[in-house]
Amino acid sequence: MNDTGRGNAAVDLGSEFLGIKSPNPFWLASAPPTDKAYNVNRAFEAGWGGAVWKTLGEDPPIVNVSGPRYGAIHSNDRRVIGFINVELITDRPLATNLGEIRQIKRDWPDRALVVSVMLPMNRESWAKYVPMIEDTGADGLELNFGCPHGMSERGMGSAVGQVPEYIRQATAWCKAFARVPVIIKLTPNVTNILGPAKAAKDGGADAVSLINTLNSIMRVDYDTLSMYPNTDGMGSHGGYCGPAVKPIALHMVAEIARNQATKGLPISGIGGITDWRDAVDFLALGASNVQVCTAAMVYGFRIITDLTDGLSHFLRDKGMTRVADLVGRAVPSVTDWQYLNLNYVVKARIDQELCIKCGRCHIVCEDASHQAITNTVNGERRFEVIDKECVGCNLCVSVCPVADCITMERLTSGIDTRTGRAIVSEKADWTTHPNNPLRR
Amino acid sequence: MAGTQPDIAPGRLSAAEIERNFADLHPPLSKSAALIAADRCYFCFAAPCTTACPTGIDIPRFIQSIRSGDLEGAARTILSENIMGGMCARVCPTEVLCEQACVRDGHEDRPVDIGLLQRYATDPFLGSGTRLFERAAPTGKRVAVVGGGPAGLSCGHRLACLGHQVTILSRDGKLGGLNEYGIAAYKTVDDFAQREVNYILAIGGIEVRTSTNLGKELSLARLCRDYDAVFLAVGLAGVNKLDLESEDRPGVIDAVKYIAELRQAPDKSRLPVGRHIVVIGGGMTAIDVAVQSRKLGAEEVTIVYRRGKEQMGASGFEQDLAQSAGVRIRHWARPTRLLGDAHVTAVEFEYTRAGANGGLEGAGGIFTLPADVVFKAIGQELGWDELGSAAGILRTTRGRIAVDANRRTSLDNVWAGGDCVAGGRDLTVTAVQDGKLAAEAINRYLTAGG
Repeated sequence: MNDTGRGNAAVDLGSEFLGIKSPNPFWLASAPPTDKAYNVNRAFEAGWGGAVWKTLGEDPPIVNVSGPRYGAIHSNDRRVIGFINVELITDRPLATNLGEIRQIKRDWPDRALVVSVMLPMNRESWAKYVPMIEDTGADGLELNFGCPHGMSERGMGSAVGQVPEYIRQATAWCKAFARVPVIIKLTPNVTNILGPAKAAKDGGADAVSLINTLNSIMRVDYDTLSMYPNTDGMGSHGGYCGPAVKPIALHMVAEIARNQATKGLPISGIGGITDWRDAVDFLALGASNVQVCTAAMVYGFRIITDLTDGLSHFLRDKGMTRVADLVGRAVPSVTDWQYLNLNYVVKARIDQELCIKCGRCHIVCEDASHQAITNTVNGERRFEVIDKECVGCNLCVSVCPVADCITMERLTSGIDTRTGRAIVSEKADWTTHPNNPLRR
Repeated sequence: MAGTQPDIAPGRLSAAEIERNFADLHPPLSKSAALIAADRCYFCFAAPCTTACPTGIDIPRFIQSIRSGDLEGAARTILSENIMGGMCARVCPTEVLCEQACVRDGHEDRPVDIGLLQRYATDPFLGSGTRLFERAAPTGKRVAVVGGGPAGLSCGHRLACLGHQVTILSRDGKLGGLNEYGIAAYKTVDDFAQREVNYILAIGGIEVRTSTNLGKELSLARLCRDYDAVFLAVGLAGVNKLDLESEDRPGVIDAVKYIAELRQAPDKSRLPVGRHIVVIGGGMTAIDVAVQSRKLGAEEVTIVYRRGKEQMGASGFEQDLAQSAGVRIRHWARPTRLLGDAHVTAVEFEYTRAGANGGLEGAGGIFTLPADVVFKAIGQELGWDELGSAAGILRTTRGRIAVDANRRTSLDNVWAGGDCVAGGRDLTVTAVQDGKLAAEAINRYLTAGG
């Protein structure tokens, strides 16, 4: 055991994604932290495994607003929970970026350096720019079909990512001129992520990365009653990211990982990763590596130490030696609702030793669920589960402020007093349920 | 030591040192500190803190309002149950009330800072001119409130809100009672007591007559005739005696009187302070006079209490506060003799212990503490002479006015509350509750059938 948290010989965080090697699976996502050599240099000094350079476009470069580009949802202690931006792709000349990319790759040969690209929907653009970018020595390309603001109004970014045929076509153009691996970055602003993922695969993509940001408005200004943040009184929707979007990203990653048509397509997971546990979520649900932006923007590059330390300790504790051992481990546990075992019965159990008697479980069960938790027992303030009413919904667990105070206990024998039915070990799901008009 | 001159002098510390010593005991929360403190509230169901609050403030509700940035909502929630929510935020022994009940206290040994949050919510509304309450239409009923302390002001405000015409009759020159004359100065800085009084009176419909004494200018019988109802909130004007020989000699001082002088002193550095001070008692008054003596520059201050730490009326927090101010607390000893020719110079104590039946008994052995000043802080009594003729006609329990659950006395149109009634806890917050309950009961009495 190594309690310094570093240099554990048993675990190798080394990562290989599409043949692109990096000392760990943590890349900085294409975003403001990867806009310039200065930042990327600092990131690599801090220990980041790789970086996806902020999206390059055609010359002349776009311009950004000089007003606010960011906004946040805070907790009361000002933790950033959700984050919004209206920044566009790089606003620096292409030649400047290409020169810096070339230099960084030369200075940091062991790090992954992928370049994000956004080009119009014509073959000539891809023919012209892809070779120029490859010439820097970059390890790969990531096509930005995700950016949902500004660029999408010009027919790029998510305007491409929302139309599977455009994805397939642009991917195919890029692949025609690219020798390095091509990753397609997907927008979550779609009803079903499988269409875009399949289109990327059909276009010849080597991998997909997701999610990009979500269409969003942060809030209004309570004094002026105009949109906030705004530029001179007017605002346009931005892209939402940060810890709050992680569950959306995990779902989309898992869908691609488990669906027959897209299964096996390598995934770079993105969306709200802040600490190593978030990375475990993405890896276990099918991502082969992860990308981080918001956490670095909120805390700086130094968060990489927790990401690498925590992940290597976790892998060690699980008896794993490589990141690949973890990848996809939770995917088989993801299914459709119709296959959930309806004979599986749990009841909430409140540990009276841990209970602090705040009563939150009672009031939410009373108001919003099944009236299955007492508030008084024999005249005493006491919270106990009434098995006869408990549907095992997990609401009490979700609101309890004390970790592990309320748990769900599986009934393995006897009768479920709520339904009056015997507990059986055989599984049974909706597909065969008598109430299902379409049952087999 | 007998025969030496007592060492009592003003200005033991510089005015600047004294000002520092008497600064706010608990400085107010900043906005960000308040939001973080508010975030710790679990918004409990049937919250134990609210149950523990003598005035029943819906604490999770006002904290939720702080979280959401609705300070007016927070202040309204607090002040509608406790019009002295500002003072109570400063002086309540929260460590034995709401904060002791906070589930966080059991969970992580650190309750939500309810007192500080209450202050954060109420401070902006005192002196702001924002009126949170409006008077109901005049009822034409007149109520006399005898006493201008927390109970009287609470009762008067509630009655005025309900449309009745109130006359507050106070024996003191200023309203506020112990808030103005009694509470330790470092708990209520910047003339807060008077600012709160002004806020309360701003509701309108309250006439104030100061320096008016029951038993002198006033009689209860007369008040009962002249007004539709009477609320007695006269506090405890009398001081218990040590029952020692020549107890009235120079240097033996009633702690309550000294604190009142201190609170009213325009310049604390001019107050005479003893070098060696002995405080006899175990309640809040003992702590307050001891700590303030240290803050004025007394060299040695010893509180002597006849029983143990657990039996002291002062909370554990207050005892710690005294000790961190350099006050020594000695338990299980009682005074037997005051030494000195004329002016006291020392006090002789005998050790005590709890007897078999729980009573106090001598444990053998004596010790002597030098004392330039001896403060008596062994509790107060009703002061029957001031109540005058009322004494004969009001029923009492253990020396205090007997009241029912609605704070009604044995007389049909007389209610009472605060320290002068039996069964109370002698706290500002319970006095406020007494006043509130009595006002509601008086309102029911005055409006029944009318």
